[in-house]
Amino acid sequence: MAKQPAAVVGVGQTHHRAKREDVSMAGLCREAIDRALLDANMSLDEIDAIVVGKAPDLFEGVMMPELFLAEALGAAGKPLLRVHTAGSVGGSTAIVASSLVQAGVHRKVLTVAYEKQSESNAMWALSVPLPFNMPVHAGAGGYFAPHVRSYIRRSEAPTHVGAIVAAKDRQNALKNPYAHLKNPDTTVESVLASQMLWDPIRYDETCPSSDGACALVIVSEDVAAASPNPAWIHGTVMRSEATTAAERDQVNPQASRDAAAALWKQAGITDPVEEIDAAEIYVPFSWFEPMWLESLGFAEENGGGWRLTESGATAMDGRLPVNCSGGVLSSNPIGASGMLRFGEAALQVRGAAGEHQVDGARRALGHAYGGGSQFFAMWVVGSEKPSN
Amino acid sequence: MRDVAVVGFAQRQMEEFDGSPTCVELLVPLFAECYEQTGWSRRDIGFWCSGSSDYLAGRSFSFVSAVDAIGVIPPVNESHVEMDLAWAMYEAWLKIQTGEVDTALVYAFGKASAGVLRRTLALQLEPYTMTPLWPDTVSLAGLQARAGIDAGLWDERAMAEVANRSLTDAEKNEYAIRKGGSSVEELLSRPRYADPLRKHDCSPVTDGAAAIVLAADDRAREVRDRPAWIGAISHYIDPISMGTRDLTRAPSAARAAAAVDLDGVELAELHAPFSHQELILRRELGLADDVRINPSGGALTSNPMFSAGGIRIGEAASRIWSGEVTKAVAHATSGPALQQNLLCTLEGKN
Repeated sequence: MAKQPAAVVGVGQTHHRAKREDVSMAGLCREAIDRALLDANMSLDEIDAIVVGKAPDLFEGVMMPELFLAEALGAAGKPLLRVHTAGSVGGSTAIVASSLVQAGVHRKVLTVAYEKQSESNAMWALSVPLPFNMPVHAGAGGYFAPHVRSYIRRSEAPTHVGAIVAAKDRQNALKNPYAHLKNPDTTVESVLASQMLWDPIRYDETCPSSDGACALVIVSEDVAAASPNPAWIHGTVMRSEATTAAERDQVNPQASRDAAAALWKQAGITDPVEEIDAAEIYVPFSWFEPMWLESLGFAEENGGGWRLTESGATAMDGRLPVNCSGGVLSSNPIGASGMLRFGEAALQVRGAAGEHQVDGARRALGHAYGGGSQFFAMWVVGSEKPSN
Repeated sequence: MRDVAVVGFAQRQMEEFDGSPTCVELLVPLFAECYEQTGWSRRDIGFWCSGSSDYLAGRSFSFVSAVDAIGVIPPVNESHVEMDLAWAMYEAWLKIQTGEVDTALVYAFGKASAGVLRRTLALQLEPYTMTPLWPDTVSLAGLQARAGIDAGLWDERAMAEVANRSLTDAEKNEYAIRKGGSSVEELLSRPRYADPLRKHDCSPVTDGAAAIVLAADDRAREVRDRPAWIGAISHYIDPISMGTRDLTRAPSAARAAAAVDLDGVELAELHAPFSHQELILRRELGLADDVRINPSGGALTSNPMFSAGGIRIGEAASRIWSGEVTKAVAHATSGPALQQNLLCTLEGKN
């Protein structure tokens, strides 16, 4: 049997904040789930199966929290899966949920991803000393800064390009009612004036640490017929590579290039920059926008990415609007960040992105990555049913 | 649905694994065994999926270094569940059903001896009201066993019969870490450990890992004369709350049983980490008296966390490959007191 068509008919997310002390983990998930179900015009009783995703359990201090959350998530008496693939997990979780429909096993699947970082201490969770492993200590920024430096050197990028990305995404976030950071005064100049943290990454070029959740309702073709604006899934992909190896290119990892090539092929896309109308790319540090633009094939390697960003093409009114939601730079509930990218891409092609809607968006990319730039999850969604 | 079969299986179980919590050193020889069984190399594998727990490994992202055991240059199509191997296999089965890939290798690992397992598992409970009391797994299972005895559903003798049969069967399993049957009377004369449980009613703390290879249609027929074809996989979860659910039942297991065809099953590998849980499962699955239960010795004789459920599938598949049986069912559980249950039927049809 061939792959069954699947579509997103419901997207929900929480208001993302540093601390959501008003809700428990279950309450946080339900806030996103209830919005997704409302959007899908569906009740929890109708759902066939539930797929949960989040980053490491140490972030909240609960081992396999989906077990205690099962009832609150409406999973009691239903199949429940729990995915964990590092920072890409929100994307991978959406892909596993889609495969339940594409495999012809279920017709109505609910997926939710969350992180409630304020319940524990993410910095501690990432810093447990490991025998025979080089300690990172400096956190994610310290890990990725050398990759960014390497990109700047290779591509001869002007040093203000990162600030252009940060200012753009923070301005976009003002149009997203759910975004965590709302800094109306952010400009390229103010970003450049902010504290240098991990050279060349400045404070304003980093993502926040958020509590938040995202939920999607993914359904089969017959169920999607009842939706006024389904986002059809045109392609999904996951790729992983090793953490350390002499031949690894951390600036433009092979797993990323392979994933993009496989994705565009599946979705029948030959010229991504022309054929994709909006992209939600996982950019936790500003410079990853030009880096991923090149790796994904939107621009030439070693400079095409920063030139595209510098030209204004990735702004909301540009040729390839990137992160109209404000992106990871404006809200980062780690486990949910990938699903937010996937969900925001779906909102764009459904014409449901509100103030940050790109006019007439028909095909959009959702992208997530994790680990040391080694785990990738991506999808393409479209307003039309896929022909393949 | 595509026809998908289990065509490869490798396992290692031990009291204490002298290696890293991610078991990379253990996974490499397991993969080698899978390649030998199938005649494939890693490039023949279309999809990889693993199961493990960060809390067991005592670190975040424990699956990340485990990926190194694959040798992921060039990159691979890969995923991970924070669940038992059986659910990792389910994700791979889905991937094959979408038609994207034809083959998959799934694996899981866990070094339970690195901490105090019964205490670590208390972190699976409701974090705001239950975990602060640190009720450990063995005590919770003891409450479950007592509830069944009080309800007249089983007695300590029935539990000892399960343990004696398991320990006797384990003598023929080179991977079992506890083995050697005696008699029901002798087992009942041993001291209680967590009333009404005796030590042999509880699975031993076990380190280990396992791997399963799946293949669709002709890819499966290329590998084995008699592949173990997957009839159906079904899994459900119940609420965790100990106070509101009937601990003598496992509704999610009954629901899974209703969703698969158990007619003609000759063998059942049940993942019951406590002797009385086998009695609950036999009832929920409605297994006839002549169904052979756990010829491997089952989880009472070795229970490596996060692979023991999948090992039940591998053990059942092995007996189909050999022609010993034609239809089997394998079961995996997760969560306290049989909260989550999965069933997979396997058939040796040609």
